[in-house]
Amino acid sequence: MKKRMLSILLAAVCVFALAACGGDGGSSDDAKGDGKDDAKKEERQVLVMATNAEFPPYEYYEGKEVVGIDVDICKAIADELGMELEIEDMAFDSIVAAVSSGKADFGAAGMTVDPDRAEQVNFTDTYAHSSQVVIVKKGSDIATPDDLEGKGIGVQLGTTGDSFADDIEGATVERYNKGFEAVQALSQDKIDAVIIDREPAKEFIKEAEDLVILDESYTEEDYAMIVAKDNDELLEKINGALKNLKDSGKLDEIIGKYINSEE
Amino acid sequence: MEAFQNRFYLNFIKDDRWQYIWDGLGVTLKVTFFAVLLGILLGFLVAVVRSTNEKTGKLKFLNFLAKVYLTVIRGTPVVVQLLIIYFVIFGSVKIDKVFVAVLAFGLNSGAYVAEIFRSGIMSIDNGQFEAGRSLGFNYVQTMYHIIMPQAFKNVLPALGNEFIVLLKETSVSGYIAMQDLTKGGDIIRSQTYDAFMPLLAVAAIYLVMVMIFTKLVGILERRLRSSDH
Repeated sequence: MKKRMLSILLAAVCVFALAACGGDGGSSDDAKGDGKDDAKKEERQVLVMATNAEFPPYEYYEGKEVVGIDVDICKAIADELGMELEIEDMAFDSIVAAVSSGKADFGAAGMTVDPDRAEQVNFTDTYAHSSQVVIVKKGSDIATPDDLEGKGIGVQLGTTGDSFADDIEGATVERYNKGFEAVQALSQDKIDAVIIDREPAKEFIKEAEDLVILDESYTEEDYAMIVAKDNDELLEKINGALKNLKDSGKLDEIIGKYINSEE
Repeated sequence: MEAFQNRFYLNFIKDDRWQYIWDGLGVTLKVTFFAVLLGILLGFLVAVVRSTNEKTGKLKFLNFLAKVYLTVIRGTPVVVQLLIIYFVIFGSVKIDKVFVAVLAFGLNSGAYVAEIFRSGIMSIDNGQFEAGRSLGFNYVQTMYHIIMPQAFKNVLPALGNEFIVLLKETSVSGYIAMQDLTKGGDIIRSQTYDAFMPLLAVAAIYLVMVMIFTKLVGILERRLRSSDH
């Protein structure tokens, strides 16, 4: 019996050792394969954009199509570059991995420039300004972001709100897969507050009358797109196209189409 | 090799990230343990109702309820059941998520366990039952002393299988923002953007747990079999 257990264990170890080698070898292969893939994609003139279409008004579903600010901007960029845009909808926390592993050419998902992400991928120039805000229930005792200490805070996994909430003293962070689920949990009193980007926050509370956004925002930040580390060529192309869009006023036009600049 | 060490450091050591996995493991084990208990209890009751109805024609109403329970639970995915319990049934209250998960997985498992138990009870030859009755046992006594011990031995492998499934199924509890083992790995993944290490670590832990559990069931099976001779 002991022998059998031993052999099972050995087999398991072998499998994992193999898996480990395979995985490591695979990733370096991937890196090599990337260049080829990109070359192929460019021949076909398709630009694959990774996004998480649960983030209105930057990207969300309208019927079967993903629309929003990022989508319009990326379409304009693709037009500038004479390429065709293909959108891949995935979980937000997978976007960086998808871009760095070459499964997508670039990512645009209302993604804040932050140093942790910058270690894995390169950021383009920023194209939109945003802030992290706190949503609470009406009549909540949380009046400023400082009151969040020791509270139950809902966030979307892998967002900047997630890493900020993590640093709040004594707070319990609940990481939902989707931003709106965190908001839903808040309106059901399961948590005390939600930290999320300003524009989606405004969209989410449209539906919920008993929720408000605190006047004081948590942090200010800028959105940029991401491109794989070794793909400087695409980075320059996107930056060039972004600059053209900014200069021609098209960028402001797109953002103005989705966000009322009344405030 | 150094790259490997760096990644290991980044994913598990830096900022004490291993704690996500460790705490998650605790949650997974807690949920699985109580869900298994709830599943056995529910499954046993439902199986007794169902097989009593089949053998004697009594308990018609309870049997009807049991059938509805089996149909609904087996007819819908466990993730959907979990979300319904969290966001609909306990729609407007702050509630302990471990409790929600235990309830969801326990209810779910109970339906499968019920059918496993019932198949065990029905597999015992009717002659055993008649023998019990002719010895003067009543229905309950016959069930308890003669049918159940044999039935349990027959269903043990299927039961072990069900619990392995249950253990792995708890990995969907991340849907209600519960930080179980899988979610622990996901959180690390979202911070380090490395898929390889966290996912393989999580997979390895599940595998080891299942192997230990399989071993335990094996020992129990052998113990029970010793009364065969």
